[in-house]
Amino acid sequence: MAKNIFKNAIKKAFSKDALTIYFVIAIYAVISVMLYGGFASRQLTNMLISVSCYIVLAVSLNLVVGLLGELSLGHAGFMSVGLFSGCLFSMWTVDLLPMIVRLPLSMIFGGLFAAVVGFVVGLPALRLKGDYLAIVTLACGEIIKNVITNLEITGGALGLTTNNSDAFIYSKPKELLPYAIVLVLVTVVVMMNIKKSRHGRAIMAIRDNRIAAEATGINVTYYKLIVFILAAFFAGAAGVLYGHSFANIKPATFNYNMSIEILVIVVLGGMGSINGSIIAAIALRALPEMLREFSDYRMLAYSILLIAIMLLNSNAKFNELKSKMSLKNILSLLKTKKAKKGGAKQ
Amino acid sequence: MSLFFQTLISGLSLGSIYALIALGYTMVYGIAKMLNFAHGDVIMIGAYSVIVTVMSLNLPPVIAILASILFCALLGVTIEFLAYKPLRKASPLAVLITAIGVSYFLQNIAQLIFGTQQKAFPKIIDLPGIRISGVEINGITLITLAVTAIIMIALTLFINKTKVGKAMRAVSEDKEAAELMGISTNRTISVTFAIGSALAAVASIFYGATYTYIKPTTGSMPGIKAFTAAVFGGIGSIPGAMLGGIMLGVIEQYSKAYISTTMSDAIVFAVLIIVLLVKPTGLLGKKISEKV
Repeated sequence: MAKNIFKNAIKKAFSKDALTIYFVIAIYAVISVMLYGGFASRQLTNMLISVSCYIVLAVSLNLVVGLLGELSLGHAGFMSVGLFSGCLFSMWTVDLLPMIVRLPLSMIFGGLFAAVVGFVVGLPALRLKGDYLAIVTLACGEIIKNVITNLEITGGALGLTTNNSDAFIYSKPKELLPYAIVLVLVTVVVMMNIKKSRHGRAIMAIRDNRIAAEATGINVTYYKLIVFILAAFFAGAAGVLYGHSFANIKPATFNYNMSIEILVIVVLGGMGSINGSIIAAIALRALPEMLREFSDYRMLAYSILLIAIMLLNSNAKFNELKSKMSLKNILSLLKTKKAKKGGAKQ
Repeated sequence: MSLFFQTLISGLSLGSIYALIALGYTMVYGIAKMLNFAHGDVIMIGAYSVIVTVMSLNLPPVIAILASILFCALLGVTIEFLAYKPLRKASPLAVLITAIGVSYFLQNIAQLIFGTQQKAFPKIIDLPGIRISGVEINGITLITLAVTAIIMIALTLFINKTKVGKAMRAVSEDKEAAELMGISTNRTISVTFAIGSALAAVASIFYGATYTYIKPTTGSMPGIKAFTAAVFGGIGSIPGAMLGGIMLGVIEQYSKAYISTTMSDAIVFAVLIIVLLVKPTGLLGKKISEKV
């Protein structure tokens, strides 16, 4: 009995999901040591928060694109709603609350605000699908950008200044890193649990066959809205973090190009794969920084790489080669060889 | 009243440009079932090729226009051959990401060659304007409206009357059945890309003549608007793209003139969302019935 419990605990501790969490923690542990030990280069330090935000954005968009199977091109819009509402909240409460209370509260506030917008954007998703829904999400993102640009409270087109002397909320990456780690971990754990739960299976059932899912009693309306609301919430929370790491934020930054950038991360990482989204977010955000030496050519190289990856991925011969070279295959090959040897001895 | 008609004319002119670009989107979507996100950037390349032929090579405008159209058509076919053809059987999302990659590629190539600074578009259309009871119509607008009307009629005739047009309709209806009837799908798709990109080149000339400046990122906003227009009219439908483009241009100009210049984009997109909610497949889109 006790042995069984122990076995299960080990099994759980080494399950695929737990490994993802360890992987994230390990990355951040290394980074923290480098950062607080003073080994981190300026480049790395500057990238940290933005990479963390992109991980949260990609993992949350994966819920919509990967699990629900609907194309959303307005994720940057949710992010900017959360960013501006959360940062304003943070500015109002800067004298009242210490950072350790204020920042998580602003994230929740921004996330909730974004979730409300997510609900509104999710409504058309009940009637539209495919490319029509994609264009509506894109349109919503552009409307959000346009509205925020015209609001006085957010500073209009000039944007919000976070290192304002009256309400100084701008923070250095070093100060923000613990919050970034917690946000990423919470997002990853929540998404993982959703994916594994009854709700996740219901969402995937809708993706695979909506009519069959409906016939088995899955409430499609409810799940579609929930997915949009949840994705918007996390995008908004990531936005608040993002906003605190910049001295000035312009609403025009959060246009459809940014939404597309997040979508590219999700697709390259693999639809529905949380690990993939994390790795792709790190790689795609770090890549342009690493290519900085080639300044003029870096975006060109990025675009060529993007096309090449997509072409290679759908090439039958390359996929064959890839499956041959995979770790699993090599391991199983070794095993069969050993078994053969053992058989010969007997 | 004069403002009303003035706005109508400028709306029609802008709408014509959107319609020309939207035709490229909708034709490619109808036949290859893909969203060609790089289409907007073909417009930018078309405008730059006019700048090069007129400014650097000192060729007369007519040759520059023809060269730009030819270059864009070739570019469209080349993009299709290199980037989209290997993905015929891939998931739509893979094709979409590739198209985004091509879009980045074109923008960055233009940036490398021409720099990030905007370049003046040469004055190649020089026509006197006319005045009708207080409403002034300048030469560029006149030409834009006339040429767009001619192109639309010609395109409709081409799609409905010629053999190639028939092949295009057949492929968009049912790819496999069309292949069984001896239609080469690959060639039809190439022709579609050539026509769509040539129309984008025409749009680029009007766009450049109206707005007089070109940047490497010039193509993306009209591209997105035209894409919106294509969806507005029902993506895949050629008359839909024409109607959607013109309506979008008119709505944009009216909201600029009467409501707010800075909010015009938001208004345009809001109208799109409302239309799609009422008619989920666009104004002239085909109803999709679901099989159970």
